[in-house]
Amino acid sequence: MIINVARKELKSLFASPMGWIILSLLMFGFGFMYLDGVNKYFEVMSGSVRPAERVGVTIFVGQTVYGIANFLLTSATPLLTMRLISEERKNQTLPFLFSAPISLTEIVLGKFLGLVIFLSILVLYIFAMLATLNIWADIDFGYLLGNSFGLLLLIASFSALGLYFSSLTSQPIIAAISTFLSLIAMGVLGNYFASDPGHWFGYISMTKHYQSFTRGVIDSSDVIYFILFITTFLTLTVRRLDSDRLSG
Amino acid sequence: MSSNTLQVKNLSKLFGENLAVNDVSFHLEKGEVLGFLGPNGAGKSTTMRMLTGNLAPSNGEVKICGIDIIDEPKKAKALLGYLPEMRPLYKELTVDEYLSIAARFHNVPSSKIRKSVDFAKDRCGLSHMSKRLIENLSNGYQQRVGIAQAIIHNPEIVILDEPTVGLDPIQIREIRKLIREIGQQHSVIISTHILPEVEMVCDRVQIINKGDLVFHGSVEDLKEQRKGNKLLIGFSKVPTIAKLRAIKSVSKVEKDGNGMFRFYFKNKYLPAEEIVSLSVKEGWGLYHIAPDITSLEDIFVNLTKSN
Repeated sequence: MIINVARKELKSLFASPMGWIILSLLMFGFGFMYLDGVNKYFEVMSGSVRPAERVGVTIFVGQTVYGIANFLLTSATPLLTMRLISEERKNQTLPFLFSAPISLTEIVLGKFLGLVIFLSILVLYIFAMLATLNIWADIDFGYLLGNSFGLLLLIASFSALGLYFSSLTSQPIIAAISTFLSLIAMGVLGNYFASDPGHWFGYISMTKHYQSFTRGVIDSSDVIYFILFITTFLTLTVRRLDSDRLSG
Repeated sequence: MSSNTLQVKNLSKLFGENLAVNDVSFHLEKGEVLGFLGPNGAGKSTTMRMLTGNLAPSNGEVKICGIDIIDEPKKAKALLGYLPEMRPLYKELTVDEYLSIAARFHNVPSSKIRKSVDFAKDRCGLSHMSKRLIENLSNGYQQRVGIAQAIIHNPEIVILDEPTVGLDPIQIREIRKLIREIGQQHSVIISTHILPEVEMVCDRVQIINKGDLVFHGSVEDLKEQRKGNKLLIGFSKVPTIAKLRAIKSVSKVEKDGNGMFRFYFKNKYLPAEEIVSLSVKEGWGLYHIAPDITSLEDIFVNLTKSN
């Protein structure tokens, strides 16, 4: 049943221009960073004479591309998540889901999964784009896979947060703005406290947890952080919808 | 017992201090169309939302074919088809896409989705609209899509909340016909505040006012209340009331505002003939004689006022 809800979500995403536009803008953004990374690689490397200053092309271009993900997704995901529940509230289509034999958890997980699958197109696209470097260089596929996994977790966390904000209001715009603001706040605070490595905020900062992926490290504590983040917001969303059912 | 598809016991809903539905109990039998009447804000939609599991009742229970909707929501909801007051349509999809999703959500096996979509479209006269975006359909066709969505999984009970609101007279007639057809195989509950609609479509009527059930009976019972023992008569040369009172079996005569008389008579005596012959004899100039039917509106107003 979760799959059926996800399929419905995907169908809606692809049926509206919004989904296509955001997807193409994101691809343009990542594509641009890739191009920029490849261009700069030769500039920077020809300048660095000592071997210690040299890094592989995978890491150099990879960090440019994956490093921008946090920023690009912060602006794009709210526009996609806002419609998930908010728009259904506004158009009063939620009874369609509520009166079908589907549990609230299945509805929430289905919507979440639908959006994550939609955005995974990006993960695949970026992977394919970076893999083309392999034509003239010998690239590190392990680094790419690790980063893809990190990007997927980042997408899933943003989606879960957006889904929760979307369940709070019947105004999609308000859902989008509040998601955007909280993502920005997380990013800004993360950068602000980044100078002090021992600061407690480092433990809850998404930027920091995502950064280890861009270095090519899969740390189980980072993975657990993302999974906890996702579960928390999905649970809150289910609770929120349930309280609707109870109080009307 | 076994023919009961829906059982509602002591259903109540409190919104804060406000009692929206107060201790409502009723049941529904297979192949029956139940009309749910009430003024705006009477609690019709709230009751329907509780029946379909969209809203948790404060008190009481709802059983669909013996399955409690609170204990086993999935099983119970599979037997229900619901069209809320605001049509829950995804307007960016085509009719076919939307109905396939509806079928899939209601556990129709994937091999039968095609068939049930075609069946529902056929029933609702939508076959030639398959590839159209719902957004581009007229109001009446959108309503049909809404109904098609509610019957797609062949449910035991179909619940339609104000299915004819905002439609033109021809569409209303078609939708009513459709509801009657559906009512032959499924149990149907429709809510409305259009009174003649109830007489045309329903087998049983329930009137709800401010959360209380004020009338519950068959449509015949309701019609019975309408007739009463009254005649409305007009004379051009008005006789004295005393002369009229003298007519056999007339119990009471009162003046109507428009220069007409309202005759009340005893049960089973229809004094029409006598009045006509007397009028001819005395030269009163009879120009109007007809049974005085209390309009449904009046009954409705009386029932909802007294409570």
